[in-house]
Amino acid sequence: MSNKMHIKLTVNGEAHEFLAEPRELLIHTLRERLDITGPHIGCETTHCGACTVTMNGKSVKSCTVFVAQANGADLTTIEGIGDPDNLHALQTSFKEHHGLQCGFCTPGMITRAAKFLEENPNPTEEDVRFGMAGNLCRCTGYQNIVKAILATADELNAAKEAAE
Amino acid sequence: MKDDITREDRVDALGGMGCKRKRVEDARFTQGKGNYVDDIKLPGMLFGDFVRSPYAHARITSINKEAALAIDGVVAVLTAEDLAPLGLHWMPTLAGDKQMVLADGKVLFQGQEVAFIVAKDRYVAADAVEMLDVQYEELPVITDPYEALQSDVVLREDLDTNVPGAHGPRKHHNHIFTWEVGDEPATNQVMDDAEVVAEESMYYHRTHPCPLETCGSVASMDKINGKLTLWGTFQAPHVVRTVASMLSGIEEHNIRVVSPDIGGGFGNKVGVYPGYICSIVASIVTGKPVKWVEDRMENLMSTAFARDYWMKGKISATKDGKITGLHCHVTADHGAFDACADPTKFPAGFMNICTGSYDIPVAYLGVDGVYTNKAPGGVSYRCSFRVTEAVYFIERMIEVLAIKLNMDSAELRRINFIRKDQFPYKAALGWEYDSGDYHTAWDKALKAVDYDGLRAEQAQRVEDFKAGKTRKLMGVGLSFFTEIVGAGPVKNCDILGMGMFDSCEIRIHPTGSAIARLGTISQGQGHATTFAQILATEIGLPADSITIEEGDTDTAPYGLGTYGSRSTPVAGAATALAGRKIRAKAQMIAAYLLEVHDSDVEFDVDRFTVKGAPEKFKTMKEIAYAAYNQAIPGLEPGLEAVSYYDPPNMTYPFGAYVCVMDVDVDTGVTDIRRFYALDDCGTRINPMIIDGQIHGGLTEALAVALGQEIAYDKQGNVKTGTLMDFFLPTAWEVPNYETDFTVTPSPHHPIGAKGVGESPHVGGVPCFSNAVNDAFRAFGLTHTNMPHDHWRIWKTANALGLHD
Repeated sequence: MSNKMHIKLTVNGEAHEFLAEPRELLIHTLRERLDITGPHIGCETTHCGACTVTMNGKSVKSCTVFVAQANGADLTTIEGIGDPDNLHALQTSFKEHHGLQCGFCTPGMITRAAKFLEENPNPTEEDVRFGMAGNLCRCTGYQNIVKAILATADELNAAKEAAE
Repeated sequence: MKDDITREDRVDALGGMGCKRKRVEDARFTQGKGNYVDDIKLPGMLFGDFVRSPYAHARITSINKEAALAIDGVVAVLTAEDLAPLGLHWMPTLAGDKQMVLADGKVLFQGQEVAFIVAKDRYVAADAVEMLDVQYEELPVITDPYEALQSDVVLREDLDTNVPGAHGPRKHHNHIFTWEVGDEPATNQVMDDAEVVAEESMYYHRTHPCPLETCGSVASMDKINGKLTLWGTFQAPHVVRTVASMLSGIEEHNIRVVSPDIGGGFGNKVGVYPGYICSIVASIVTGKPVKWVEDRMENLMSTAFARDYWMKGKISATKDGKITGLHCHVTADHGAFDACADPTKFPAGFMNICTGSYDIPVAYLGVDGVYTNKAPGGVSYRCSFRVTEAVYFIERMIEVLAIKLNMDSAELRRINFIRKDQFPYKAALGWEYDSGDYHTAWDKALKAVDYDGLRAEQAQRVEDFKAGKTRKLMGVGLSFFTEIVGAGPVKNCDILGMGMFDSCEIRIHPTGSAIARLGTISQGQGHATTFAQILATEIGLPADSITIEEGDTDTAPYGLGTYGSRSTPVAGAATALAGRKIRAKAQMIAAYLLEVHDSDVEFDVDRFTVKGAPEKFKTMKEIAYAAYNQAIPGLEPGLEAVSYYDPPNMTYPFGAYVCVMDVDVDTGVTDIRRFYALDDCGTRINPMIIDGQIHGGLTEALAVALGQEIAYDKQGNVKTGTLMDFFLPTAWEVPNYETDFTVTPSPHHPIGAKGVGESPHVGGVPCFSNAVNDAFRAFGLTHTNMPHDHWRIWKTANALGLHD
């Protein structure tokens, strides 16, 4: 297999350029080629959402995206959501509300939640449960995840109001 | 120390037992900086992948490696033939059987490991998997354990039926063991004499723990120094090291096993799998590090299923509902190899807790283990060994008996509970329950949900249904469970001969912070948070100043790992006792510094004070510094302690659950309107984490009761090999749970804690199932098997004539 493609993509603001087989899956590009190991592999069939990243402004499951499809894309992973000195409100809220246990789903969960709150800044509990239904968690039963996301929405809205 | 700091302030500053301490693990997980096995990347690392059997039962007639080896980047192809000279083509199972590492002449279940491809990356390995030429000759397939016991087809040709297995004589070539507990003649006599006997057969279907992270390992053999390092998804890393040493002949000090962060276990990661062995062999053969990580389909098809118990029950009672006896027989489908992860003396785990929370004078349990053409396993999926099966059995039998007696099942439970004054209670099948107050818990639960109101509402709903006003029925699911966790006393609990103690080693640093290492390993339970809380209270240093480390066999003390809710009951006890050893030495140091006799100082939160003169004190921080830097006559420098804890008994957490459910008879769709869970896990270490464990365990219970299963067709094909077919609930399907508690400490545990992680699963499964069954009780249903998915519920409604 030597039909390699010239791929360019931006991950968390950093530009990358390399040759890759078109069949390479985006999750492997991130994890193995670029050493961005926050997104995880849980099912390889688009069900669990552990590999969720934001691609060109939309949540995608990177385990079923070929790197060829991501050519030219702008990507954000959990590593680009916040940093130790400047955590995203969701990262704080998940800890505050015990919204994680083993942590395996957490990067995908928070990445999706961040995008979800952009799509819907004033969600009801039902909205959160539906909007997050593409991300599976085996540990928490979701109750505290939902709580953490709703609390973050309130917090972000209060901050927005205060700024206005 | 300023005077305005109160004692309460000092207690709060510790972050000790009982407070809702936020988790220290979360910083790395929320920022994508966890370190799971698939995150490990070593220079020159190769990737291993399995060629698996497409057949459930077949003879291998040939394996031709040529085409696979011809692919650029393929380094090796290992088969049983290659492992045989090392004696590694078979391995012992935890249940005293043996299992093929790679198929030796035949395959016995679909997805069985046939060959191990080692390649430069996972894509090349996957290409080679496709190219390996394996020829099979199909054999008759048996997926039904009753059929297996009648069939002439011999599944395990490697075994001699005339030679007893690990658990006694074998009656048939597909029979593994018979395990009997209790008094069968006496039980039969009670049944014969009884005023009322209820009987039911139930199938607890096969399912799978399915943690979000699959199983995997990275092996790195350093041939120069003769050292093997093995990272992997191990719930019991020390046991893995011992087993790896026994199998490979590499001395134990030359093997380092590391469990990094683990993405959920739930029993899936207790056993030893062919992938671990093959990664080790491949690293030895190639001299390079080798990673193996299974995909989800491989995980569901081949590693560690749970349940698959065919249970037949008889329960006898007086006409007033006083239970007089219980008879249970189980036909246990263990698949192709007996790879259950149970303590050696318990081939059906603690299934003999099946008398439940009730004072049943006479009982009998018989279990027959059977081979079939299904994957091996039989692990405890979020429960202590087979306790979920036991509690489901008794909680369904109670409902069946209530129907026979035409009695309310809440009342039937109440009149049969073991009374508070009967503890410690010796059960008919051998266990000694440590403590309990079931009536108080039950009354609190029923009051909280307005039980009488629910029954009135349900009766009205039945009327409305009959009058054509609604198509939804209402079920009230009840369950009261007693768990048996914290294995266990070494005298009767071991795994492969290794006693089930656990351990903690503490080192206090001169400036008053500390590191504690334990023989357990967290898979999401938050040990780094909660064990520090236990220690903070015991040694008077802030939890935030205590690092907890687990999972590296080179540094952690030997322990049996984390499963069966044993971390708090066993390692938690070791932690408290090691802490008390620290305190004992600290007391001597404090007395020396305060110039009084040892017995004249007393521990107070974070310091030792002179008795009767609390203004004279030395804080634990000061004592730590003195321990290292001051010559104290008669005392060695330093402040360290270790404790290996062999529990005198198991612990017996219990709880009372109520589920209120609407069931649409036309679609089979269930809607959980309310779920109330009261748990009594003894002393509570961190209420926030307890609630989190309960939410999670209940959700896994919901999954199992309402849809999750590993199903096979007649040819032994796995029908539920991906998350498309294998039900994992999403946020959309899961309700909010109401949690509650009572506190009945364990009398024999140093801090009175009993463990909680698995209780909600154990109690939750029968509660959800009872709700579904209860919805149809008014229409003549006694029992229907799980999983209660929409299609099966629709069929139940249809069979009852509710669609006519």
